[in-house]
Amino acid sequence: MTALVIAEHDGEHLSDATAKTVTAATKLGGDVHVLVAGPDAIAQAASKLGGVTKVLHAGDDAYAKQLAEPMAALIVGLAGDYDAILAPAGTDGKNFLPRVAALLDVMQISAITGVEGPDTFLRPIYAGNAVATVKSSDAKKVITVQATAFEAPSGEGSAPVEPVGEGVELPSVSDFVAEELTHSDRPELQGAKIVISGGRALGSTENFEEYIFPIADKIGAAVGASRAAVDAGYVPNDYQVGQTGKVVAPDLYIAVGISGAIQHLAGMKDSKVIVAINKDEEAPIFSVADYGLVADLFEALPKLKDALGA
Amino acid sequence: MKVLVPVKRVVDYNVKVRVKPDQSGVDLANVKMSMNPFDEIAVEEAVRLKEAGTVEEIVVVSIGPEKAQDQIRQALAMGADRGLLITAEGEVESLAVAKLLKAVCEEEKPDVVLLGKQAIDDDRNQTGQMLAALMGWSQGTFASKVEKDGDKLHVTREVDGGLQTIALSLPAVVTTDLRLNEPRYASLPNIMKAKKKPLDKKAASEFGVDLTPRLETLKVTEPPKREAGIKVESVEELVDKLKNEAGVL
Ligand SMILES: Cc1cc2nc3c(=O)[nH]c(=O)nc-3n(C[C@H](O)[C@H](O)[C@H](O)COP(=O)(O)OP(=O)(O)OC[C@H]3O[C@@H](n4cnc5c(N)ncnc54)[C@H](O)[C@@H]3O)c2cc1C
Repeated sequence: MTALVIAEHDGEHLSDATAKTVTAATKLGGDVHVLVAGPDAIAQAASKLGGVTKVLHAGDDAYAKQLAEPMAALIVGLAGDYDAILAPAGTDGKNFLPRVAALLDVMQISAITGVEGPDTFLRPIYAGNAVATVKSSDAKKVITVQATAFEAPSGEGSAPVEPVGEGVELPSVSDFVAEELTHSDRPELQGAKIVISGGRALGSTENFEEYIFPIADKIGAAVGASRAAVDAGYVPNDYQVGQTGKVVAPDLYIAVGISGAIQHLAGMKDSKVIVAINKDEEAPIFSVADYGLVADLFEALPKLKDALGA
Repeated sequence: MKVLVPVKRVVDYNVKVRVKPDQSGVDLANVKMSMNPFDEIAVEEAVRLKEAGTVEEIVVVSIGPEKAQDQIRQALAMGADRGLLITAEGEVESLAVAKLLKAVCEEEKPDVVLLGKQAIDDDRNQTGQMLAALMGWSQGTFASKVEKDGDKLHVTREVDGGLQTIALSLPAVVTTDLRLNEPRYASLPNIMKAKKKPLDKKAASEFGVDLTPRLETLKVTEPPKREAGIKVESVEELVDKLKNEAGVL
């Protein structure tokens, strides 16, 4: 039994979620290899992950933007050697892995939150209102992993790095055109220890800047948002936390002016400590909050900033 | 262009589903059903492309129970031209759905298949990608913008780092994200007109596709319950609790 984990990266850093996916792969009970389709530095980083016994490195530029068609062709070419193929359930893995699954005639097991055995997995359904235990009868398992449900592996490895991908015939049906990436000096949303999220009640980009960002910077938090705040254009799309956005599970999640719709809760209810600040004491967010403050955010946040000290 | 829009009948997004006491699944008796919201966005996008003159025909297909007719009729009322219902009882897995859609694509020969990025019941996010793979077509997932540019389709995608734009050769599969558009409500006259639009019906068994599930659901359980905590009276009390009780600041 050998599992292949597809590394997730942004061209510069190996994601935290990759390490956690290695943990999920380890639970399958066999060897774990990692495929890095990207720069050599990332392959080196992957070789140091605890529990990894080999790193496959495909350095061809064709994979630089992780487009689904070349990625799937690469992975399918390597699949013969593996009993399971896993990727973090980020937008890259969600994009290319189902393509791999279909090419292998396998039913993918999406966004697992637990491994019960080599063929049995837990996964949330209905926006996390239920958890299904599913058993796969496919010979090869193709799995995306909800990384927040797993710890990063302990220890450091020193796995050999082996080049792969020579002579893979790459489909030429899609081309990268442009990207507009959100630049921020704050921690990345999914790996952050503290997240502060704003909802519709913030009312504008300026209010996010004036009320949310300074607090985030004081406590080293990442900033998230509800769908309503993203739809309204207050913050970029990649800030969305929820069923159909990012799933986070920080030590501390602070929800400000967010009502607590099930779709939002699906993305943050596994946080260790939840704080809700909302002026409506009936808001559903309070039903999951460890600490609730019924207050107008425009009065409470400046006070919070001061109370946090310099 | 001709567009195919697959739509799924799912539990309405406002319903908080309950797990059955025998853990065999969730209780769907007497629960409001609707078109999967992401598919509604796909229908809307197809209709807008038609209104802009980029698309000539919109075919809507649903795989599911008889009742999925309601969702096809809704799509027809929003502006789609004709419908196809592929009847199947019980759960049809994404891979089997993709195989049925492949058969439909081979017959209908669409230039673009537009569908939701995920169904809000099983939250799997894979049917579009699987269909693209089986057809050998390009894919543009999580779209927040779709534009025809010459013989290519430009798709702007919502990705973890922000936005990414790619150019796809046609035919292509595009899956929708929330920011692509805001679906319209069908007007009463259009709902009446939709009743006269053609709606074909076939059984899934007619397609020669193996529908046997690959995943067996052993049980469905409630997620761990989170107890509501306490209300604090002031910001000072909140900060004190976070520092001294929870130890997270
Ligand atoms: C298919 C689908 C997918 C979805 N996916 C997601 C998702 O991934 N993530 C997500 O978040 N949502 C998602 N949603 C949307 C979700 O259903 C809710 O509409 C959304 O979460 C509401 O955002 P909100 O809480 O900011 O806004 P609202 O529900 O409008 O809540 C605003 C809150 O702010 C409070 N408030 C107002 N003024 C103040 C003030 N001055 N001070 C303090 N509090 C104040 C109000 O009391 C209220 O509770 C999805 C919906 C659908 C249909």
